[in-house]
Amino acid sequence: MVQFTLPKNSKIRTGKTWPKPEGASNLRKFQIYRWTPDDGENPRVDTYFVDMDTCGPMILDALIKIKNEIDPTLTFRRSCREGICGSCAMNIDGINTLACIYGIDEVKGDVKIYPLPHMPVVRDLIPDLTHFYAQHASIMPWLETKTNRPAKEWRQSIEDREKLDGLYECVMCASCSTSCPSYWWNGDRYLGPAALLHAYRWIIDSRDEATGERLDELEDPFKLYRCHTIMNCAKTCPKGLNPAKAIAEIKKLMVERQL
Amino acid sequence: MAYMTDRKRANRWGSAKSGTHHFWSMKVSSVGLLILIPLFVFTFGPALGGTYEEVTAYFARPFPAIIAALTMIVAFKHFNDGFQVLVEDYVHGIWEKILILGMTCLSYGAAAVGVFAIARLAL
Repeated sequence: MVQFTLPKNSKIRTGKTWPKPEGASNLRKFQIYRWTPDDGENPRVDTYFVDMDTCGPMILDALIKIKNEIDPTLTFRRSCREGICGSCAMNIDGINTLACIYGIDEVKGDVKIYPLPHMPVVRDLIPDLTHFYAQHASIMPWLETKTNRPAKEWRQSIEDREKLDGLYECVMCASCSTSCPSYWWNGDRYLGPAALLHAYRWIIDSRDEATGERLDELEDPFKLYRCHTIMNCAKTCPKGLNPAKAIAEIKKLMVERQL
Repeated sequence: MAYMTDRKRANRWGSAKSGTHHFWSMKVSSVGLLILIPLFVFTFGPALGGTYEEVTAYFARPFPAIIAALTMIVAFKHFNDGFQVLVEDYVHGIWEKILILGMTCLSYGAAAVGVFAIARLAL
């Protein structure tokens, strides 16, 4: 059953306000969600002040600066710092996005940073993406063929290759799925925009020979049809992709093969 | 908590191999209502405020009666399908089944009552 309020032990409290750096004139206020499983305390929001004269332009730069210079216990994922690995996805100023490609100057007022919504939190800004990755694995994100492997390569026309544009760029950051209300309520069974975008990427791959099986596997009131075209996924995607359109295309194929 | 692998949890019951019929029938009834609702408004409008004799005479004509009956049937079918989606979204467990069953009975019941009333007027 859907829950409209947070459990008691998940209610967010006001946390510590860290001292302002000495001698800094160009300060920016960051309010960051903190939670650790070690102390049994409720989550809290800590306040940090960052000297923008000595900080890089991106949110991730500020987080790294806070970790290095103010609070080494602040925990978050990061790797490539150029929007390719998808590690640093978090909720910044109310939008799910990648901290490494989101500019601090894009945020008006205080910078509020939370983990991706509606996911179990491992610690601070780190969500548990185990189920998300398992759902991705369940759509068989690889080329399935029955024909004997060709001597050289599986050939694909330029036109067919172009159909994969707007799909293959997904970095699996989970921004879309965790922005989707349907995924919030039914994430245990609904595959979510990211997994469905990847499913469509393989469904329309001209080289793939398991199109029917892939559609069979998706034909389910929960796996696919919990998408109500809310479009939060397309609005939030830090790579500018449109998972809602990919899902609509899958639904069209489902109807097409029955009529 | 059950001991299940992540993969098992993600793909628990496999595919139900259904959902497309429900999706398509909602699309069909949506298009049907797009046509029927304006027709219903324009055919029902003239009967509003009339005397009993005028209304019965009006619905004895085939076109207003058929439009009204079709609107009742398609609207309640669409309502029932939509309600099922709503329940599947927000309610799980035994209440999901009870609500879907209850609303199906109510929807088809209401449609039947509407059609019966129009038939009484028309025939």
